[in-house]
Amino acid sequence: MKDYLNRIILSKRVDGFLPLLAALAAFIFGAIILLIMGTNPLTAYRAMFNGAFGNQNALVETIVKAIPLLLIALGICIAFRAKVTNIGAEGQMIVGALIATAFGLAVNWPGWLVIPMAMSIGFLGGALWGAIPGALKAYFNVNEILSTVMMNAIAVQLMNYLLGGPMMDPQQATALGKLPETARLSSAYHLPRLMPPTRLHAGLIIALVLAVLVYFIIFHTTLGYRIRAVGLNPFASRYGGIRVRRQIVIALLLSGAMAGLAGAIQVYGLNYRMITDGSPTGFTASAGYNGIVTALFGGLHPLGAIPASFFFGALLVGANSMQRMTQVPSAFVTALNGMVVVFVVSAAIWRELRERKRRLATVSAAPVPTPAVQESGQA
Amino acid sequence: MDSSQILSVTVIVGILSAGIRLASPYLFAAIGEMFGQRSGVLNLGVEGQMLMGAFFAFYYTVQTGNPWLGLLAAVIVGAVMGFAMAVVSIRWRAVQGISGIGFFIFGVGMSELLFKSLLGEVKIINNGFNPINIPFLSNIPFLGPIFFQQNLMTYMAFLLVPISWFILYKTTLGLKIRAVGENPHAADTLGVNVAGIRYLTVTMGGVMSGIAGASLSIANLNVFQENMTAGMGFIAVALVYFGGWRPLGVMFGALLFSMVMALQLFMQVFNVTIPPEFAIMLPYILTIVVLVLTVGRVRGPSALTEPFVRE
Repeated sequence: MKDYLNRIILSKRVDGFLPLLAALAAFIFGAIILLIMGTNPLTAYRAMFNGAFGNQNALVETIVKAIPLLLIALGICIAFRAKVTNIGAEGQMIVGALIATAFGLAVNWPGWLVIPMAMSIGFLGGALWGAIPGALKAYFNVNEILSTVMMNAIAVQLMNYLLGGPMMDPQQATALGKLPETARLSSAYHLPRLMPPTRLHAGLIIALVLAVLVYFIIFHTTLGYRIRAVGLNPFASRYGGIRVRRQIVIALLLSGAMAGLAGAIQVYGLNYRMITDGSPTGFTASAGYNGIVTALFGGLHPLGAIPASFFFGALLVGANSMQRMTQVPSAFVTALNGMVVVFVVSAAIWRELRERKRRLATVSAAPVPTPAVQESGQA
Repeated sequence: MDSSQILSVTVIVGILSAGIRLASPYLFAAIGEMFGQRSGVLNLGVEGQMLMGAFFAFYYTVQTGNPWLGLLAAVIVGAVMGFAMAVVSIRWRAVQGISGIGFFIFGVGMSELLFKSLLGEVKIINNGFNPINIPFLSNIPFLGPIFFQQNLMTYMAFLLVPISWFILYKTTLGLKIRAVGENPHAADTLGVNVAGIRYLTVTMGGVMSGIAGASLSIANLNVFQENMTAGMGFIAVALVYFGGWRPLGVMFGALLFSMVMALQLFMQVFNVTIPPEFAIMLPYILTIVVLVLTVGRVRGPSALTEPFVRE
């Protein structure tokens, strides 16, 4: 009986719940902040919950928010599997959206042709913006965290310039306000809506299909095997004949491509024009950063990213209603997301310790004593 | 405005003087980060720590009217965030690249949250650290306005360079820091408290980042806005690489960046025909170029980002 209980407690499946415990810790931390600020945390969290799940429309908005998060998280999963930290999803999303929007505004072709082409172009735009830091890391040993952050800032300025200048809506150029936004895409190019009165769009299907596809690529193809091998041990991979540098570029390229596609979908599925508010996160609404949080929370597993993106989509939608109901600024959720990241990566040590315990348990249960002693001595 | 006016003496003095002033946040943050990295911990939360430091310094300066209390608040909040990063990366051995990003996101959100709920709107203060003219020296033509009419925090930032050089290379503590960053196991064998040294450097790094934020909000700009650091914290981390993990190198890197920033500000003022967005891009492009040119030329601490486990 005790053995049985031990097996359950030490089973690998329990590890899957560690991110949940980490999120719980972040929520408790957030409750303390709310208390210090003089807000009842229960009221605030209830407002969040109702705002995210309270009615059909809230639920749809949660899913709409989750779509870019899922796509970006999928990209992050690919990069992190190769031990490449891609912080550049913000910039990759912006560049993908810029190129896809420019394409949609320039051509006058039938919708069935333009939509898939625009998605591919967004994909390629993000891929380009991701491949640059990838190549810099692979061939010049430049820290990809720093280069991707810089690429974000460059993309933001590029967007501010284009949306406020060459790509600006001609109507805005003559208007007084001069909002930084492009003209509206022809209605033939809009991604179909799934439940017409609501904003739920076909981007959801694209994202879900890609989640399965990315899962398949990472775990069931040679490409995915190489990427994972490079992440686990670059030296052994090289010895085994894998071109490590090339895998690093591919991982960041694919990672960026996912973010670029998310940008294109945001334009073609939701706003039908590219629009910002002058702040760096004006277009992305921080999806590039929240996508990292999502991927980590989903255990860096493409299928885990699906519920994780739903969870963080809910958090973002809930934050807005919390702001309305309790006057707590929605930036609270940004702070909360930061804590989720910290707690999730900190929880990794528990996984490590449990892994060790598991090994010891199997070793002590082994029938032949001599090798068991040697092995436990090494551990 | 034609080119002869752009290159006039007053303008050059103005650019150089602004360049020196703008170097101070980079210097504080990068030197703090340098100590952390020298001991083997990569703290990527600098940006978040700077934002929190900037907010608390500004808020308490507004509340008390005393910039020293504002600075103290920045020191405390920097220490708290630095210590948290230390616990996460030393005791819990979390992946440093990612936990730092967590603290960055936290700092962005938390400073905006506090700003919106405590201040609500952008204010400008006039009781921050104002420029101090150093007697006699400030009257020297050209050099006076460039070097000796700066605010107190700028003087402190540049004073920090020789001090940190002395600590790192001429004291036992500095030797221990370098040993822990190069070979923690050897250092441990010789009785150096590896974790203790790292707690110290990472916490102090947080303090320095907090001060860096304060130098923005209560000395250089006298204003707080959400996300006002705009990547400076990450540039500071890049400067550590660029400076080859040496105080003097970090200082030259900081000056290079601040001069480019100053040039860019003046370009905007004088309506040079380049769109301002491209001028703002310059420091970020420069960072990437600089990283390409420097990485590989100098070798970093061997144990950087590796948690220490005694075997």
